[in-house]
Amino acid sequence: MKIKNIFTHIVLILICILSLIPFLWLLSTALKGRSENIFAYPPVFIPKDFTLDNFKEVLKLVPIIRYVINSFIVAASTVVLNVILSALAAYPLARMEFKGKKIAFFAILATIMVPFQTIMLPIYIITLKLHLIDSYSTFAGFLGMVMPFAVNAFGIFLLRQAFLTIPKEIEESAVIDGCNSFQIFFKLLFPMIKPSVALLAIFTFIGSWGEFLWPSIVLTNEKLFTLPVGINNLSSAFSSDYRLVAAGSIVSIIPIVIFFLALQKYFISGTTEGAVKG
Amino acid sequence: MDLKKNIGAYLFLLPAFIVLLVFFFIPFFQTIWLSFFNYSENIYSPNFVFLNNYFELIKSPLFLKTIFNTFYFLILCVPFLVIFPLFLAILINQNIKCKNIYKIIIYLPVIISIVVVAIAFKWLYAPNGLLNFFLDKLGFSPIGWLFDPKYSMISVALVTIFKGVGYYMMIYLSALMSVPKELYEAAEVDGAVGFKKHMLVTIPHIMPMIALVSTISSISALKVFVEIYVMTKGGPLDSTKTIVYYIYEKAFENLDLGLASAGAVILLLIVMGFSILNIFVFEKDKYKV
Repeated sequence: MKIKNIFTHIVLILICILSLIPFLWLLSTALKGRSENIFAYPPVFIPKDFTLDNFKEVLKLVPIIRYVINSFIVAASTVVLNVILSALAAYPLARMEFKGKKIAFFAILATIMVPFQTIMLPIYIITLKLHLIDSYSTFAGFLGMVMPFAVNAFGIFLLRQAFLTIPKEIEESAVIDGCNSFQIFFKLLFPMIKPSVALLAIFTFIGSWGEFLWPSIVLTNEKLFTLPVGINNLSSAFSSDYRLVAAGSIVSIIPIVIFFLALQKYFISGTTEGAVKG
Repeated sequence: MDLKKNIGAYLFLLPAFIVLLVFFFIPFFQTIWLSFFNYSENIYSPNFVFLNNYFELIKSPLFLKTIFNTFYFLILCVPFLVIFPLFLAILINQNIKCKNIYKIIIYLPVIISIVVVAIAFKWLYAPNGLLNFFLDKLGFSPIGWLFDPKYSMISVALVTIFKGVGYYMMIYLSALMSVPKELYEAAEVDGAVGFKKHMLVTIPHIMPMIALVSTISSISALKVFVEIYVMTKGGPLDSTKTIVYYIYEKAFENLDLGLASAGAVILLLIVMGFSILNIFVFEKDKYKV
C-alpha cells in the first residue's frame, strides 16, 4: 500500500513539474540580466545575473497595467451581463408556462451547436454597423468587445438547472403573500441560486480574461488592448528581446493566478461540471 | 392561458433574446447568405453565385489540406485528452496527501491565457531551446519542432494538450465522486484490485463522462485557432493551417467574405454533427424542456 502511494506521488509530482515548466522557464528568462546569454546551451535555469530590470523596463515600454485594467473592465462587464441576462432568461424557462416556450428553449439550445468562429465575420460586420468599435469612443470599444459574449446558452441552462431545484412551494407561498413575478424573482429566487451564479461568474470571468480572437479582430486602438492582445503584440514587437516578452507575460498572468488561488475551492470542489465552456 | 402571465415570461426573456438575435441569430443566417456571393472580383458589389463558393472550396487543394490538418490535429489531441486526464483523476482520487495542491497545479494551465502558454512553448520549441536540450540529453537528435512540417502539428497539439489536461481531469474527478463505494468493495471481494478494479468498476460507471469528454474535446479541437495564430501562423508550408485559420485569413486578410463564409458553413456542419451527438445522446437530461 505504502509503495503504491509513493508511486502515485512520484507520478503526480512529475506531472506538476511538467505543468509548471513553461511558466518557470518564462520566469527564469525574465529574471536574467543583460550580461547573461538567454540562449546559453546547455540552458541555465537559475539566473546567474539576477535582476528585476526586465520587469521595470517592460512596464515602462508597454502599458501592461492599462491592459490589466482593460481586461478587468471587459471581464467584469461580461460577468455582470451574463449573470443578469442568463438569470432573467432562465427563470421563465424553469418556472413559467407560456406560449412559445418550446421554441425559445430549442432556439437557445441550438446556439450551443454553432461555434463563434463560424459566425465571427457577420458579427464583426454588425459590430461595425452598430458603431461598437474603439474608433468611435472608448465606451463603444468596450461594448463591442463585451456584447457578443453577453449571454450564452450554457449560462442560461446552468441557472435554469439551479431554479429547477428550488421547491415550488416556496414560490407558491410568496404568491399567496401577494408578490408578483418580478418580486419573487429578485427578492426570493435569485438569492437562492447564488452558488450557481458564483460558478457562472467565475468561469465567465476566466473565459473572458483569456479571450484573444474577438478582441484581436475588433481592437484598433492600443489604449483598449486587453492582456492577451497586448501580450501577443508585445511578443511580436519585441521578438528579439525575449527577456522583455517573458517579463511581460509573467506580469500578465499574476492577476488571474491570484484570482484563481483565492477562489480555488470553486475549481477543485468537483462542481465544475455544468460550467463547461462553449 | 392568460395573456398577462405570458407577457411576464416574455419580459424576462427579452433582454437575452435581443442580444442573441443581434449577435447570434442574424450573424448565423448572414453567414449562410454571404456564402452564396462572390466577393473576390469587387468587394462592394458582390454577385450572387449560389453554391459556387462551395464548389470552389471543394476543388481547392489548400482548403482540403486545412480539413485534413484539422482532423489530423483532432486525432493527435483527442485520444490523449480523453485517456490521460482520466488516469490522473483516478490517481488523485485516492486517499492521498496533498490532493488539493496537485489539483491546483495541474489545473493552473487551464486558467492562463492561451496566448501566454503559446508564447512560452514557442520559446521551449526553439532550435536550441529546453525541449531540444532534453532530447539531446536523452540521446535523440534535436527536432525542428515548429519549423519542420513533419512535427509542426504535433508541436501545436502538445500545447493544446498541455492547456486541456487539467480541465478534463476536473470533469472526470467530479464523475468519480459519483461512483458508489460499495461497487469497489464488491469488486475487491471478488478479488479485483488495482488496475483491474478500475477496468471493472470505474470505467463502465463513468462511460457517459468519457463519451462527453470525447465530444467536447473533439469540438474544441475542430475550433483550434489561437495556438496556431501565435506560434506558426499556419506554417510552415501550410502544415498547421486549420479550417478556422483558413476562415480567419480569407475573412480578415483577403477580405474574401464569400469563400470565408462558405468555409464557415462547412465547419459548422462538421461541428454540428458532434454537437448533436453530445446534446441528444450524452447530455439529454440537462436540456429537457
